[in-house]
Amino acid sequence: MLYREAGQFKATYAADQQIFPIRQDRIGLMLLLALAFVAVPLFASEYWLKAILVPFLVFSLAALGLNILTGYAGQLSLGSAAFMAVGAFASYNFMLRIDGMPLLVAFVLGGLTAALVGIAFGLPSLRIKGFYLAVATLAAQFFIVWILTKVEWFSNYSSSGVITAQDMEILGFRFDSPESKYLLVLAVVTLMALMAKNMVRGSIGRAWMAVRDMDVAAEVIGIRIMYTKLLAFAVSSFYCGVAGALYAYAYLGTVEPEGFNLDLSFKILFMIIIGGVGSISGAFLGSAFIVLLPIFLDVLVQDVFAGMLAPSIASNLQLMVFGGLIIFFLIVEPHGLARLWQIAKEKLRLWPFPH
Amino acid sequence: MQLKTKLLLSAVAVSSVLTSSAVLAQANEQFIGLPSYRVGAYAAGGSGIYGGWIDYMSLINERDGGVNGVKLSWEECETEYNNARGVECYERLKSKGASGNTVFQPLSTGITYSVLDKVAQDKIPMVTIGYGRTDASDGRVFPWVFPMLTNYWSQNTAKIKFIGMKEGGMDKLKGKKIVNIYHDSAYGKETIPLLDAQAKKYGFTVIHIPVSHPGNEQQSQWLRVRQEKPDWVILRGWGVMNPTAIKAAAKVGFPRDKMVGVWWSGAEEDTIPAGTAAKGFIAAGFNVAGANYPVVKAIQDNVYKKNKGNMEDKSRIGSVYYNRGVVHGIITVEAIRTAQAKFGKGKVMSGEQMRWGFENLAIDSKRLKELGAEGFMPDLKVTCLDHEGSGKVKFQQWDGKEWKVLTDWIDADKELVRPMIEESAAKYAKEKNITPRDCSKEG
Repeated sequence: MLYREAGQFKATYAADQQIFPIRQDRIGLMLLLALAFVAVPLFASEYWLKAILVPFLVFSLAALGLNILTGYAGQLSLGSAAFMAVGAFASYNFMLRIDGMPLLVAFVLGGLTAALVGIAFGLPSLRIKGFYLAVATLAAQFFIVWILTKVEWFSNYSSSGVITAQDMEILGFRFDSPESKYLLVLAVVTLMALMAKNMVRGSIGRAWMAVRDMDVAAEVIGIRIMYTKLLAFAVSSFYCGVAGALYAYAYLGTVEPEGFNLDLSFKILFMIIIGGVGSISGAFLGSAFIVLLPIFLDVLVQDVFAGMLAPSIASNLQLMVFGGLIIFFLIVEPHGLARLWQIAKEKLRLWPFPH
Repeated sequence: MQLKTKLLLSAVAVSSVLTSSAVLAQANEQFIGLPSYRVGAYAAGGSGIYGGWIDYMSLINERDGGVNGVKLSWEECETEYNNARGVECYERLKSKGASGNTVFQPLSTGITYSVLDKVAQDKIPMVTIGYGRTDASDGRVFPWVFPMLTNYWSQNTAKIKFIGMKEGGMDKLKGKKIVNIYHDSAYGKETIPLLDAQAKKYGFTVIHIPVSHPGNEQQSQWLRVRQEKPDWVILRGWGVMNPTAIKAAAKVGFPRDKMVGVWWSGAEEDTIPAGTAAKGFIAAGFNVAGANYPVVKAIQDNVYKKNKGNMEDKSRIGSVYYNRGVVHGIITVEAIRTAQAKFGKGKVMSGEQMRWGFENLAIDSKRLKELGAEGFMPDLKVTCLDHEGSGKVKFQQWDGKEWKVLTDWIDADKELVRPMIEESAAKYAKEKNITPRDCSKEG
């Protein structure tokens, strides 16, 4: 009833081509953004801002990056965490070695460095596909973490190989309160999500999807395979790189190469599988599922079942429930949470008169 | 739709739990947040250490009624040995309890680094016993961080001293060859500069051989060991790397009693999987194994007899990891006692007062005897200048069934380690614009 689009006429091409053609969607998104930008910083506690929302947003951005590569361009990658590491370490070095380097420029340069590395490791994708490509990107995962540990220059010769992010300052304003850090991350993520949305519904995204669906056919209709695939690697790595820089600067503060291990890459991959492969909102839903659910389970077990369960059972129980939920959602909807949302929307359009 | 409503309801339930739990905490309880890990690759270490620690705190509550009447309370938070989860746990535990979390001990070098800046802002002391940031031993630059008992550099000099003892004097080290097999990570690399400095000082040669994570394949590394024919092998291992290294050493015929491991390679969990190959293997430790120390017996009598123990597998009581947890408990409780002596007996200490307690902590051998921990852990004295406090380790040898203590406490080579720590800490201070404290002004 509320979600009816009857009476919404599109009189111009611009109106027809906008991101959210349905008015209710536009209002909903505006409300969501208003909530995120105004209400959350005003009312959320420090714990929520620092420990839950910032990592959620950072991983959403990383998942968005991988979704561009895997979901839209169809290239399976297991190196997302390594590209995050490149972004984090590159931003750190740009800040460290160039005097007066603006923070946002360092983030962009970090992302671009990750993009270059991504292109280099994307080259095998021109010859190999599917699981074989996954193995090639696995090489990126191990090689990058290894070289960041091995070459001490990257960590400015710290004896343990960790880097400590510099203070964040833009035009004299220091981002040190939880609210300001959250807003910075939110602004970057919102902007990049908007860019991603526009990219995937434009000609670039259509080329990616054509390559994903059948690369021979795509080549026949005149899409340059090499350019398209490498562009997907570059854009994806750029997103992961910026996510890595935000992870280091706005969340952890201190990072070591080992933190960006294969585990993290798998986690990002699971985010897009659970959230929805080939969907922008899926990256956010998947990140919420993978990042937030274990924390909720832990809180639930610690507070509700405290004392009733042996501690090791309590910890393992969380993993079991978490794993069970993953399987449950994949059986109920193999296309991910984003697809569930889409189905719900379609039903809502007819509700309450389905016939 | 039904599913969605259910999900929504449970989310609401969880978030209400999140906000209400702080109210439940009672006054006059000293809250200690435990960022534990009981799942994943390092669960053996996590469950043993946190188990021993919780048992010791239960002992204090059950037998003594708390510290001067202040009961200890705690809550665990599962970190999975993951830095991001560790930060979440830090933030979650921060505001729990009557006075918030008053000490943070993550048992993970990665998490230590991740919260290093945060603890100073939030005024919560961080104690890292036998891991963490080595140069935080310089308390002038790191007032809130306490890498207690011994750090990696100190124990490494003790190791060389031990090898010197076995060879019959430090001068006999000249011309000897030592291979350093290390886990190729921040943790493993940390002792390389120190070993090089020692090699120069004593005239032995040192060869560093990395093993990539997780280290379950070491054939090429040990072939190299066989070619080099070293006199000693130092094993700086981690998890599954340790039993693999011991087995590989047996395969190439390198004598296990010439292998010296760090304390993260010296637990039952490292030797038992290697089977008979582990017999003779030596490892350093700042605590010893064994259940026949009075403190462990007291836990058995006061906690386990009342069925309030934390360990499910009771045979692990007295194991290396369990006893290490008891050491964590002793240090935490003694710091509360020290702080209470200054700021008021029977009061709940804040994070700042706890910091003072840790900084002025002194457990001499007399106190250790009272605690029933004589020979169990080294005596220590922390100062503003020196947050390490001890630097002593014992060496234990695996006899095929259990760890046998081989030596008395061996001191670290402070003259070598301290300048390196100060240099590294000064570099950090410069990078972060920290003005080091003047220790003569600290009360």
